[in-house]
Amino acid sequence: MQFLTLLMRNRLAAAGGIVLSLVVLLALVTPLLPLANPDVTDTANRFLMPGAQGHLLGTDHLGRDLLARLLHGTRLSLAVGFAAAFFAAFFGAAIGIIAGYFGGRTDNLIMRGVDMLMAFPYILLALAIVAALGPGLTNALIAVAAVNIPFFARNIRGVTVGLAHKEFVDAARLAGLGHTRIILTEILPNVIPVIVIAMSTTIGWMILETAGLSFLGLGSQPPQADLGSMLGEARGALITNPHTSIVPGAMILVIVMGINLLGDGVRDALDPRLRSGALTRPMPATRVERKGTIPDQGDGEAVLSLRQLQTQFHVKNRIYKAVGGVDLKVAPGECLGVIGESGSGKSVTALSVMGLVASPPGVITGGAVYFQGEDLVGAPYEHLRSLRGDKVAYIFQDPLATLHPLYKVGDQLIEAIRVHHPVGRSEARARAVALLKQVRIPNAESRIDSYPHEMSGGMRQRVGIAMALANDPEVIIADEPTTALDVTVQAQILSLLDELRRERGLAIVFITHDFGVVAQLCDRVAVMYAGRIVETGPTEAVLNAPAHPYTSRLIACVPELGGGRRRLEAIPGLPPAVDRLEPGCAFAPRCLKASAACREGDIALEGPGMRAVRCIHPEAELEEGVA
Amino acid sequence: MSTVLKLDGLTKSFPVGKRLLGKPRGVVHAVQPVDLEVQQGETLGIVGESGCGKSTLARMLVGLLPPTGGSIEINGAPLDNADPAEFGKKIQYVFQDPISSLNPRKTIRQVMEAPLKRLHGMTRAARDKRIAEIFASVNLREEFLERYPHEFSGGQAQRIGIARALAAEARILILDEPVSALDVSVQAQVLNLLADLKAELGLTYLFISHDLAVVEAVSDRVAVLYFGSVVEVGRAEDIFRAPRHPYTKLLANSAPVVGRALTAPEGRETELPDPLNPPSGCAFRARCPHATELCAREVPQLSGEDHRAACHHPLDQSGAIETEVSSQG
Repeated sequence: MQFLTLLMRNRLAAAGGIVLSLVVLLALVTPLLPLANPDVTDTANRFLMPGAQGHLLGTDHLGRDLLARLLHGTRLSLAVGFAAAFFAAFFGAAIGIIAGYFGGRTDNLIMRGVDMLMAFPYILLALAIVAALGPGLTNALIAVAAVNIPFFARNIRGVTVGLAHKEFVDAARLAGLGHTRIILTEILPNVIPVIVIAMSTTIGWMILETAGLSFLGLGSQPPQADLGSMLGEARGALITNPHTSIVPGAMILVIVMGINLLGDGVRDALDPRLRSGALTRPMPATRVERKGTIPDQGDGEAVLSLRQLQTQFHVKNRIYKAVGGVDLKVAPGECLGVIGESGSGKSVTALSVMGLVASPPGVITGGAVYFQGEDLVGAPYEHLRSLRGDKVAYIFQDPLATLHPLYKVGDQLIEAIRVHHPVGRSEARARAVALLKQVRIPNAESRIDSYPHEMSGGMRQRVGIAMALANDPEVIIADEPTTALDVTVQAQILSLLDELRRERGLAIVFITHDFGVVAQLCDRVAVMYAGRIVETGPTEAVLNAPAHPYTSRLIACVPELGGGRRRLEAIPGLPPAVDRLEPGCAFAPRCLKASAACREGDIALEGPGMRAVRCIHPEAELEEGVA
Repeated sequence: MSTVLKLDGLTKSFPVGKRLLGKPRGVVHAVQPVDLEVQQGETLGIVGESGCGKSTLARMLVGLLPPTGGSIEINGAPLDNADPAEFGKKIQYVFQDPISSLNPRKTIRQVMEAPLKRLHGMTRAARDKRIAEIFASVNLREEFLERYPHEFSGGQAQRIGIARALAAEARILILDEPVSALDVSVQAQVLNLLADLKAELGLTYLFISHDLAVVEAVSDRVAVLYFGSVVEVGRAEDIFRAPRHPYTKLLANSAPVVGRALTAPEGRETELPDPLNPPSGCAFRARCPHATELCAREVPQLSGEDHRAACHHPLDQSGAIETEVSSQG
C-alpha cells in the first residue's frame, strides 16, 4: 500500500501508469470491439486518409484498416514485449542468483559466458539468433529475451553476492537449510525488488527491440501485424503517405514513454536507498526555526558555549526531540567528555554546533551556540563554512568513511589546508607532512602518498586527527574517535589527543560511551540521557560519587578489568523513544527510586559550583567539585 | 567433565591476489596451528584484536569455513556437516550484528521456525509450544513473533538471535562478539541472560570478544589470540591479573580503566605485522620489550601447566621476566 502511495505521489509516474493502463485495456478488449478484419486487403481503398468513411485512421498500402491493425498490432507487441521481459528476467535472475550464491569457479564460468554474450552488439546477436532459428514472432521473442539475459544476470548476481555473505544466510545454513531452500526462502525474497526494478526499466526497451526485428522483417510475418512490421511496411510510403508510419510510430512512442515513466517511478518507490531520501539533497546548513528568547552567552571564559540548545527531527507528522535543551561549555585547553548511550542525542548535539545536522529532517528549534562570543545558530552559510574545519574541527568515528577512498591522504590534507588558507601547493604539502609527523605517523614523507585503504585503522584515524588539526582550530569535536579501534591503538590515540591539547591549548569535546576513556582523558564530563544532560561535573567527582541514578547504574553495569567472573548489574528496560517523551524524568520508568513527583513537570539541572544533577532523589549529596 | 570441543592443529590460510590461472600471489595464514579443548559446561573466552583470526576460528568451528589443516572434534567425533540437519543440533552460532543476522523479509516467527522444522521436524503445534517456551526463557514477548527484524532494537534482536540458536537445542554455542554492537546497559542484560541460560540448560560456550573486561566477567578460562596463534591460555581470574605473555600484559594495560592515569603503554609507531610477510620466530617480537635473538629464531610454543604461554621469556607473578630462559616445550 505504501508502495502505491509513493508511486502515485510521483506525478510523471502516475501519468505514465494511466497512459499505459489505457493502452493495455484497449489491447485487452480489442477482440470485442467492432473493428474491421485487420488482415483483409482492399486495394481499391489503399492509402485512405484518417477520418475516411469507415476507416477512422485511414488505410495502409493494401487498403487494410489502420485502426484495426494498430490495435491488433499493439496487442501483439505488448504481449511479446512483456513475455520477452519475463523470460529474460526469469532466466537472467536464475543465472545471476546461482552465480552469485555459489561464487568461486561456478561464478567465474557463468559470468565469463555472460561476458562473451555481452561482447556482441545486441542487434547482431539478435539477428544471429533469428537467422539460426528462422524468422517469426516466437523466434524474435526468444532472440530479444536471450539478448537481455546478460543484463539481468549481471544485475542480480551483484545483489546476490552481497546477500550470500550476509549473516542471516549463515544462520539459515546452521538452522539446517540446504542450498535450494536458502536460495528460495532467504535470497529470493530479497532479490525480487531488484528484479522488478530491472524489469520495469527494460520492458520499454524490449518492446522497441521486438519492433526493430519486425521492422527488419524478422519478427511477425505478413499478414499478421505488430507495431514494428506496420512501420516496416509503411516505410516505402513515408513521404507520400506519412500517416501510415505516424500511426504505429506514435503508438510505440506512447507505450515506451508510458512504460519508462512508470518504470522510473517504480524504481524510485522500491529502491530503499532512494526511498530513504538519498535523492533529497540536504541543505548546506541545518535549518533553524528558533522560537522564544535567545539565551545569553553566560560564561565569558568558554571558547564554545551551548545554551539551551534544542534540535529536533521532523519526520512526517512525528517530532523526535533528539536534543532537548542542552547547556555545555568548554574552555581553551580543556577536555569535556559527553557520555551517553546510542540515541541519547550526544552526536546530534555535536553536529548542531556547526549546523551539520542533515536538513531535512533536522531542525534547530531553540537555544544558542556561542563560539568566541558569537551566536552561530542561524549564522549565514558562508560564515559557517569559513569556520568549519578552520576554527572548529571534527573527528569522526570511522575514518574509512570520512576519508575519500580515491584520493591520497596527502591530497586530502592539502585540500583541507588550502580551502582556508591561500598557500601554494608545495607549501601546503610541506605543512601536510608536518601534520602527519605531529600525529606520529612513521615515514610521513612516504605515507603522505598512500590511499586510505592502504593504512591500518589506527593510522587512518591519525590522518583524521591531522586533518582536524590542519588549520589550527580552537575547538575539536571528537565523536567516538576510538570506538572502532583496538584497545592498544586506542591507548595510542588517546595519549596523542591528550598531548596535543596540552601543547596547543585546544578545547576538546569528546563524545563517547566509555567511562574508562572519559576517566583517562577528560577534565569534566556531562552525562546525557534521552536528549538532555542528567548530570555534569568534574570527571573524578562524577565517577567517584555519581549523583544521578542513571549515571551510577550505568557505571555499575560496565564490567571492569580485574573484577573476575561475576554477575553484572543490568539496567532493565530500554531508553525511551524521543518522539514520545513523557513529562518529568525520562529515566523514571527504569529507575528504582522513581516517585510520583519524578513523573510530573520538568526537573531542573541544579547543583553547587561545577556539579549539577537533574534528579529529585540523587544518590549522593553534591559537593562542589574543582576541576 | 568431558571434552566437548577439541581443536587439533587447526589452521586456515587464505590465498590473496587470486589469478585466473596459476598460483595466487601470496597466502595469509589467518589461523596458525591452534590446539584448544573446551570442557562440558565451561565458558572459554577468546580475546584478541581485529585481524587476529578469532572470527575465522569461530566460523570454522560451525562449518561455515572449511579448515586448511588440522581437525575439529565435537563430542569425540570429527566435525561433519555433510548433513546440515544433524550438524545444526550439535553446535550453534550467535552472530555479532544482531540485525543483519535476521532476514529483513521474514517475520520473527518464520526465523524461529526454520531450525525447529529443519532440525527437529516438529509439527506446527509442537513448534508453537516450543517457541513460546524459548521466548519465555529469553524474556521476549510472544507478540514480537509477527513483526519484522527492523522493528527491533539491537538488544531485542540479539535476544532473538540467541533464541534461534537455542531452538536448535545444540549443547555448544559459539558466541562471536555477541554484545559488542549493544549499548552498555543492554550489554549487561544480554550477558546476564547468557549466564542464566547456561546454568539452566547446561550449555558450553565459546565466547569471542575484543573486550577484555567482558570476557573476564563471563569466562572460566581465557585464550588470548595474536596474529592467528594462541599466545596464552589460563583461568580468567589469573590471565589479566598476572599475565605471562607480554602481549597479554600490553592488552591489559591498554584497556581504559577508571582511576588509572593515561599512558601509552607502548611506542606510538608500532603497527601489527604484515600478514603477507610475517616475521620469523615470535610474531610479537617487534612490539615486545623483552625480545631477544632467540625470539627471532624460533617460534615459541605454548608451555606451562594450567596457565600456558607461548613465550621464550614469560613474565612471572610480579610482571618481571623469569630469570631462567625457558626452552620451548
